[in-house]
Amino acid sequence: MTNISVESLSIPEEKPQSQPPEWRRYFSFSTDHKVIGIQYLVTSFTFFLVGGFLAMIVRAELITPESDLVSRPLYNSLYTMHGTVMLFLWMFPSLVGLANYLVPLRIGARDMAFPKLNAVAFWMVPVFGVLLLSSYFLPNGTAQSGWWSYPPVSLQNPSGSWLSGQFIWILAVAISGVSSIMGAVNFVATIFTMRAPGMTFFRMPVYVWTVLSAQLIQLTALPALTAGAVMLLLDLVAGTSFFDPERGGNPVLFQHFFWFYSHPAVYVMALPVFGVFSEILPVYSRKPLFGYKVVAISSLLIAGVGTLVWVHHMYASGTPGWMRMFAMVTSMCVAVPTGIKIFAWTATVWRGKIRLQTPMLFSLGAIVMFLFAGITGVMLAAVPFDIHVNNTYFVVGHFHYIVYGTLTMGLFAAIYHWFPKMTGRMYNEGLGIVHFILAFVGANLNFFPMHPLGLQGMVRRISSYDPEYAFWNVIASLGGFLLGISTLPFILNIVGSWVQGEKAPDNPWRAIGLEWLVSSPPPVENFEELPIVVSGPYGYGLNKPLVGNEAALKPH
Amino acid sequence: MKVSNVLPWVIFASVNTLVAVWMAGVSHTWFPPEASVEAELIDNLFALLVFLGTFIFLGITGVLVFSVLTGLTSRFDTSDGPPIEGDLTLEIVWTAIPIALVIVIAGYSYWIYDQMSIQGPMEIVHMHMPGMESAYAAPMDGKGEPVEAIDVNAKQWAWSFHYPNADITSSELHLPVNHRVRLALHSEDVIHGFYVPAFRLKQDIIPNKNINFEFTPTREGKYRLKDSQFSGTYFAVMQTHVVVESPEKYSEWLSKTGDRALVPAANEAYEEYTQRSKKGFKPGWATIPPEPPPMVNEG
Repeated sequence: MTNISVESLSIPEEKPQSQPPEWRRYFSFSTDHKVIGIQYLVTSFTFFLVGGFLAMIVRAELITPESDLVSRPLYNSLYTMHGTVMLFLWMFPSLVGLANYLVPLRIGARDMAFPKLNAVAFWMVPVFGVLLLSSYFLPNGTAQSGWWSYPPVSLQNPSGSWLSGQFIWILAVAISGVSSIMGAVNFVATIFTMRAPGMTFFRMPVYVWTVLSAQLIQLTALPALTAGAVMLLLDLVAGTSFFDPERGGNPVLFQHFFWFYSHPAVYVMALPVFGVFSEILPVYSRKPLFGYKVVAISSLLIAGVGTLVWVHHMYASGTPGWMRMFAMVTSMCVAVPTGIKIFAWTATVWRGKIRLQTPMLFSLGAIVMFLFAGITGVMLAAVPFDIHVNNTYFVVGHFHYIVYGTLTMGLFAAIYHWFPKMTGRMYNEGLGIVHFILAFVGANLNFFPMHPLGLQGMVRRISSYDPEYAFWNVIASLGGFLLGISTLPFILNIVGSWVQGEKAPDNPWRAIGLEWLVSSPPPVENFEELPIVVSGPYGYGLNKPLVGNEAALKPH
Repeated sequence: MKVSNVLPWVIFASVNTLVAVWMAGVSHTWFPPEASVEAELIDNLFALLVFLGTFIFLGITGVLVFSVLTGLTSRFDTSDGPPIEGDLTLEIVWTAIPIALVIVIAGYSYWIYDQMSIQGPMEIVHMHMPGMESAYAAPMDGKGEPVEAIDVNAKQWAWSFHYPNADITSSELHLPVNHRVRLALHSEDVIHGFYVPAFRLKQDIIPNKNINFEFTPTREGKYRLKDSQFSGTYFAVMQTHVVVESPEKYSEWLSKTGDRALVPAANEAYEEYTQRSKKGFKPGWATIPPEPPPMVNEG
């Protein structure tokens, strides 16, 4: 597939006149990994706006102690759908989209290993997204049992009809799982078999290492959730009794299936963003990534240890003491490879020549918020303390520092950084900085107050609360609305710059990497001739060429 | 290394340590009142975590901010930073320190958990295994203190508490101060969570499973008891009170309550469901109706 002769690729004279306009490719069944990457990113960002809108209604309800804005079933639906949309329709697909765009370019391949499979995996996303949201039109509404869908609550079906919100929810999550597995097979095959000549494992950028580690987790752990979901579906509609205690099932078993995947899933989302930090910091500090090999390997370590920690979500559940102690030790061990990464990033910035452009601002802001989340994460791993804050807002605050403060902010950093490459246009720096300030302030206002609330014992998933919790909730809600506003300069910037931004050169950041050696945006099939890689990925200040045939990569 | 090189680091570390010690000190005020033996243990563990967390957070953020402020360069400057690719000693140190911290934190947490000995779900206990129940029913704990055994019943969406010795049922949990308490947790329908923030204790209640839960209240007063595991539509109002009182008042309450007739308990979920006059947008979705309120000796 990669060895198509050069002649057969570039015959521009014979291009048919009826070539569809550029923009229409993004609405078609394209098999170009770059088109699919952008399709993923734009689709998932649309769902991000939906999930954010749901969150703002939740925050509006919580701005007063009484339940007075929406009915309790609707509140339960809102928080359930917020979580589901944000994870399965924003975090996962947006990161898969970024990886789709970047991985083939960065390892010197012309496309993914299975381009058609890639396109099919993408087109499942809008399908299950619309399916999931359509459950709002059912007479008795959407699923209301949280994104965990713990039985027996998820098996209680007041509508009496098999076509319930919960049924749609499980179906949508199952389709999402199939799409993810297709993507994972594709990424792993691509990274193992399609690297350019000279691109050894230890010349791969850390971002590719993190995508590989994340997709290996998908392959090993996702089947557990899929199996759990199928059994839950059968309990719900076919009267089986895997989890239903009334008929002799074991509801705690579902929790094991669920968290066996859903904790490692956090690393599926986090690792590629760690990869993004490892790429962006060297560029804007003009220094090589500190301890490249250790940082690369630590991704695999996180993925490995991450499969042994799931019980830390279940310290207060039906788990015996020894199991809690085991999960405590394994969970804390994750801090070691993660700490290595944070120290390495700090050492990379140390004595660097810092350019505080938007991608760097977002990366630094995200790393500080990740540091905070990592510290509260170790606190939560300690069983006795978790017994107090388990299922309180302390946990909600902790994971929003991860999913928003670290992952979403890191994703914004990546979008700004690679925007010139993806679109051939420069973004507006001023709007980028405004976006950063609003997002950073909004996120901290929104999510920091959740920690004192949790310490005070405010339980999560409640639509009314004791008046003593009002103060921090008001601040959190204001922060939530500010986060909503923060997306406006982003949308304005991206749309405006894409349409009429300044034309971008091939390598506006003077960054090292194969993608920066081809035009912006890169042509179909990326490389005229496959690159021959001759040195490591972070040669800032070393004046070594990255490839041996730089001039041959672009068409003449 | 020259003194002038080391001195700024020493000052930085000392200031961080001072702030971290201060934070650990005030961390005790971030909690609800400390009303059980276990709460004190957990708050001390949290203070240690706050100390370490503050030190690490300030240390790394401080170095990052310092690097950014001193390294700020115009975007038109094309020079590079020093091409440092790594440092083996430094990398070994910053791998070893987290490992040491993990050992300290995990060891200390284990020790605290052991002291709490809250029971909780043991190995999977088969209900009909002879001999197991009698071990739980022992009226004394290891130290020879009297143990108060109480049944906790959770259902959608009401708590009730049965005192087997006095044979009474209450909608509030009354406990004698400074006595070890043993609760037997039961659920009739879905998973609920027994949670008293002032005790810092929590345990999910699994239907069809007997879970024992032990602790010692140490401070008289009235505290919130909440459902901590999402249990459906009226989850938020599944709350009641724990009343910790002196042994005299407690036995007085037991005998007084025993004289009262059984009546349906006041129940917020049931009222909200039957009145249906709440404010707010209602899409009219069907919901699981609340169970009838439990019968309690409060007539």
